[in-house]
Amino acid sequence: MGNRFNRSRRKPLAATLVIAAGLLFSGGGYAVATNVVATTAATEYTAEQISEGRKLFLANCASCHGLNAEGSAAGPSLIGVGAASVDFQVGTGRMPGQGSGPQLPKKKVQFTDEQITLMGAYVASLAPGPAIPEQKYLEATGDATHGGELFRINCAMCHNAVGAAGALTEGKYAPNLDGVEAKHVYEAMLIGPQNMPVFNDANITPQDKNDIITYLAYIEENPSAGGFELGSLGPVAEGLFIWIFGLGLIVAITVWLGAKSN
Amino acid sequence: MAGKDLEKGFEAEGFEHDFESGLAVIPPDKIKDPGLEPHRVRMTDKVPSKAKNAEVQVAAMFLVSVLGSFFALWAYVAFPITEDLSTVRANNLFLGLGMTLSLFGIGIGAVHWAKTLMPDFEVTEARHQTRGSEDVRAAAVEIVKLADSESGFSRRKLIRRTLYGALALFPLPALIVFGDLGPPVGNTLRQTMWKAGTRLTKDPTGIPIKASDVTLGSVFHVIPEGLAEMHHHKLEEKAKAAVLLVRLPQEDLKEAPEKSGWSYDGIVAYSKICTHVGCPVALYEQQTHHLLCPCHQSTFDVTEHCKVVFGPASRPLPQLPISVDAEGYLIAQSDFLEPVGPSFWER
Repeated sequence: MGNRFNRSRRKPLAATLVIAAGLLFSGGGYAVATNVVATTAATEYTAEQISEGRKLFLANCASCHGLNAEGSAAGPSLIGVGAASVDFQVGTGRMPGQGSGPQLPKKKVQFTDEQITLMGAYVASLAPGPAIPEQKYLEATGDATHGGELFRINCAMCHNAVGAAGALTEGKYAPNLDGVEAKHVYEAMLIGPQNMPVFNDANITPQDKNDIITYLAYIEENPSAGGFELGSLGPVAEGLFIWIFGLGLIVAITVWLGAKSN
Repeated sequence: MAGKDLEKGFEAEGFEHDFESGLAVIPPDKIKDPGLEPHRVRMTDKVPSKAKNAEVQVAAMFLVSVLGSFFALWAYVAFPITEDLSTVRANNLFLGLGMTLSLFGIGIGAVHWAKTLMPDFEVTEARHQTRGSEDVRAAAVEIVKLADSESGFSRRKLIRRTLYGALALFPLPALIVFGDLGPPVGNTLRQTMWKAGTRLTKDPTGIPIKASDVTLGSVFHVIPEGLAEMHHHKLEEKAKAAVLLVRLPQEDLKEAPEKSGWSYDGIVAYSKICTHVGCPVALYEQQTHHLLCPCHQSTFDVTEHCKVVFGPASRPLPQLPISVDAEGYLIAQSDFLEPVGPSFWER
């Protein structure tokens, strides 16, 4: 009797537990799938890498980003920004930042690749976030034509049609993409550093990103067919040249034509 | 009283003043015609060796032209355009340089020849009077009178009036044909492809966008569903219907109460066509939420219905009201509620 009583008591409890666990997993899974579309198969980091990374973080980053990367008035929270953000910001020398201004410029890289990986491991351990891109998307083996079309639609308005840089408001700018590593181009699209918007994998798929990298590699390798590029900056540089040298030559010839001979 | 006295006064001062036809005062010390500059004799006219030098210089310029022509011919052969596009650069540069020298040498040589060696006496050609002489004017009147009497233009009223009628009507067919120069504008400036329920799709692929795909800080360049597959008028429709989709933190959005239902969970959609002169506005700054137009630096604040915060644009970018369908895809609630793009006559 007691046994049967027990069983009947246990059954609904077990069912409730199963349902609760099911909801938790499916809900959690859904949350991960929707929130972190950008996350690719995350690299596994060892506990040692994470603790070494934490030491580097505390020594070099915590004064602005907080002792637990929770952010402060001087720097944003790094929880959930992922290893890709660390690799981009530190790997291009933008971080650690020196002085404030409209935009942190690219400068000499301050850490070794290994140190950058360790710091990335620590930041990635705080919360799920964009991971370092897979090597197969970085080899510029995609479709340059499709990449060029995507570049003109999504990137060219700020970075210029051949990635020669462009001005934004109040001293901000979209930097020149010539010579930027494929990995950093990919990561910038993924994380949207500073004022650049995010182009997640649902918007521009990893293969599309590879195509864009292929396009940039193509224009780096192939010189302009149309004469001197003058920085590829378009009407500003070309206008300045023709107004000074073209118009100058015409004025000089006109003066010579009108002058009497000695 | 004053008339005669004034006249005397002006005459005493040496002014000419025509009291009959107006009040013009002509001062006597008006600017004199300076006449021609004194003739200056050129070195080439004075020293024969200088003339010889100039002759050699002119010949040298013509020789430069000859060399330029040969250079251009050689460059055409030496720098052919091949499959490799970068060969165009050398071909154009050297061919163009040769042709420039060949024409420039002739021009400079000819001008130098004229300036140094040809006669340099000054020539004056006085302007003739615009008014004809009395005899000519009288003869002209006679011709008109003769033509009138011979043709009977004044006398034959029937012919004169029918001719006036014919002349008045003959431009009419041309005016009607002007109407066929293009299709009537109609409502095309006020409508775009967007309708209630049209899915927002990615440019250029036409893949529909789920609300969950648009993560915080994302920018999507959007075209209406069906545009990617169009064959006719695709660009015309795209030029009106292009949209920029942005997601910002819900608390950053300052929405007007009557437009609060136009966004979805912090996702907002705005026309990409600048209200100034129609450039695509797509330079979005993720942190400031400013949208910048690259043509004239008009800046729009995405947090406040894209109001103009800087630059020459005078109207906010039109907002596309959006929501989500049963499958989670973003759809338009309707077309834009105002015309997109720059101002036009009736707006």
